Amino acid sequence: MKKYKYLIARRITQSTVLFLFFAGNAFGWKILRGNLSSAKVFDVISLSDPFAVLQSFSAGASVTKDALFGAFIIFLFYAVLGGRVFCGWVCPINMITDAANKLRNYFQLDEVWKSWDIRRSIRYWAMGLSVVLSMILGVAAFEWISPIGMLHRGVIYGIGPGWAFVLTVFFFDLFAVKNGFCGHLCPLGGFYSLAGRFGFLRIGYDRDKCTSCMKCVDICPEKQVLHMVGRQSGAVISGECINCGRCVEVCDDDAVNFSNIYSKYIYK
Amino acid sequence: MMPERRDFLLKTIKSLGLATAGGLVWGGFIEEGRSAPLILRPPGAAPEKAFLASCIKCGMCVEACPYDALALAKPGDNKPVGTPYFIPRDNPCRMCKDIPCVPACPTGSLDKALVSDKVENGEIKLNIDLARMGLAVIDRETCIAYSGIQCDACYRACPLMDKAVTVEYMRNVRTGKHAMLAPVVHSKACTGCGMCEKACVTKKASIFVLPLKIAMGESSERYVKGWDERDEDRLKDVPEKVTTETPRSEKKPVDYLNEDVF
Ligand code: SF4
Ligand code: SF4
Ligand code: SF4
Repeated sequence: MKKYKYLIARRITQSTVLFLFFAGNAFGWKILRGNLSSAKVFDVISLSDPFAVLQSFSAGASVTKDALFGAFIIFLFYAVLGGRVFCGWVCPINMITDAANKLRNYFQLDEVWKSWDIRRSIRYWAMGLSVVLSMILGVAAFEWISPIGMLHRGVIYGIGPGWAFVLTVFFFDLFAVKNGFCGHLCPLGGFYSLAGRFGFLRIGYDRDKCTSCMKCVDICPEKQVLHMVGRQSGAVISGECINCGRCVEVCDDDAVNFSNIYSKYIYK
Repeated sequence: MMPERRDFLLKTIKSLGLATAGGLVWGGFIEEGRSAPLILRPPGAAPEKAFLASCIKCGMCVEACPYDALALAKPGDNKPVGTPYFIPRDNPCRMCKDIPCVPACPTGSLDKALVSDKVENGEIKLNIDLARMGLAVIDRETCIAYSGIQCDACYRACPLMDKAVTVEYMRNVRTGKHAMLAPVVHSKACTGCGMCEKACVTKKASIFVLPLKIAMGESSERYVKGWDERDEDRLKDVPEKVTTETPRSEKKPVDYLNEDVF
């Protein structure tokens, strides 16, 4: 059980958020209404997706105080907490891509053929492109094709052929690129990577306890952030870490743990 | 040139190329989905362009609507994905007095100012009668009232009865001895809620709401109705001297009018 502690916790938060939004629309619960783009908590606090608001702004919309404030709260939350906590703990697509990855490992697809190798920096290009396209087309560009919004709205308001978008992501991750969507393409992930770069929550690594079994690197969806494993003690500084804690739970030697930005493991 | 630098340049160019290609496909997809001129928006919606720029597809308006009249467009609906709309024949807007959908919108895409009277002592007074979601138009060839059969379903269903829809008495020329009681829509009052479309008794509604841009024509501001005293006020902001320059206007009227006659 210890091996799945965070995984279970993540699935619980992910589905709870989703369910609360669903209940907000279906049963009129007041806890969370709206969706990941913009929401109201107990009909009082408004929250908005800062990246969606940024695109809206680039599209030339006059952003209201409500939306701006909501976006600021969310931005601050993830900037302080750090890394892509949103991706690992809230975003519903994470469940889809994790499932694809699980199947990929189960059928050992990586041994059958070599995964298509694309660069992880594409997400930053996609992020820039979202903003530029929003400016040119006058609409929030990523929101038009975002499978996150598609799936999320789908669960809350009915999805229709929106499944196609979600399935595309699933098959892309399963057959084309390992951790393809979340790990390489998603501009929202890119946005939160930058936003959470200086956040508080970090993964700390202790070289002295490590036996170099590399289980943590194997399980990590963003392997590049664990480049210090086997080399020197330290903490993950990259904002690309989704703080899923998989590395923590698979380590049998207690060498990897949740830590904070002030920990002695942080090296410059 | 140093090899690393060349490598870097090449990689950058490659990325730029890919980004451009991606952008084109992406942009094309958006353009495709955006061409939905027949969509009807919730009350208070900003003009379509501004609406599309600001709506973040949160669905707060959809949740606020007590009649479930609004829906968020799904892929395949042929409407901008994720934005709210309603289909009057299925579920029209009930013109709630407190317009719950409008204040629910966090981005101002549904603009209170468009559905409220002038601000009095700092308080906004919402007035749903100001909504302009669309305009009801009547197909006189299928509307049975225009064939002489008595029907006033739309007239009675209209929340602005006698303002947005009136019933006009007309002589039935076909029989020569009957009257026709025919509905007529008035664009000054019609909000485009679609209650009439929902109520219409014909197989496919003979009165139906179209977006204003499509339902209405536009005449030049210089056509002043002489019998309407205040109509001339419209000319106030129109510049007095306007010369239209076309290749034709360079010639004298006598010349160009006779040009192709002989
Ligand atoms: S005015 Fe009422 S019925 Fe009409 S869309 Fe808004 S909430 Fe729904
Ligand atoms: S509440 Fe406003 S921003 Fe949200 S979906 Fe409706 S119109 Fe769009
Ligand atoms: S004429 Fe029809 S659309 Fe117009 S206000 Fe009346 S019921 Fe609504």
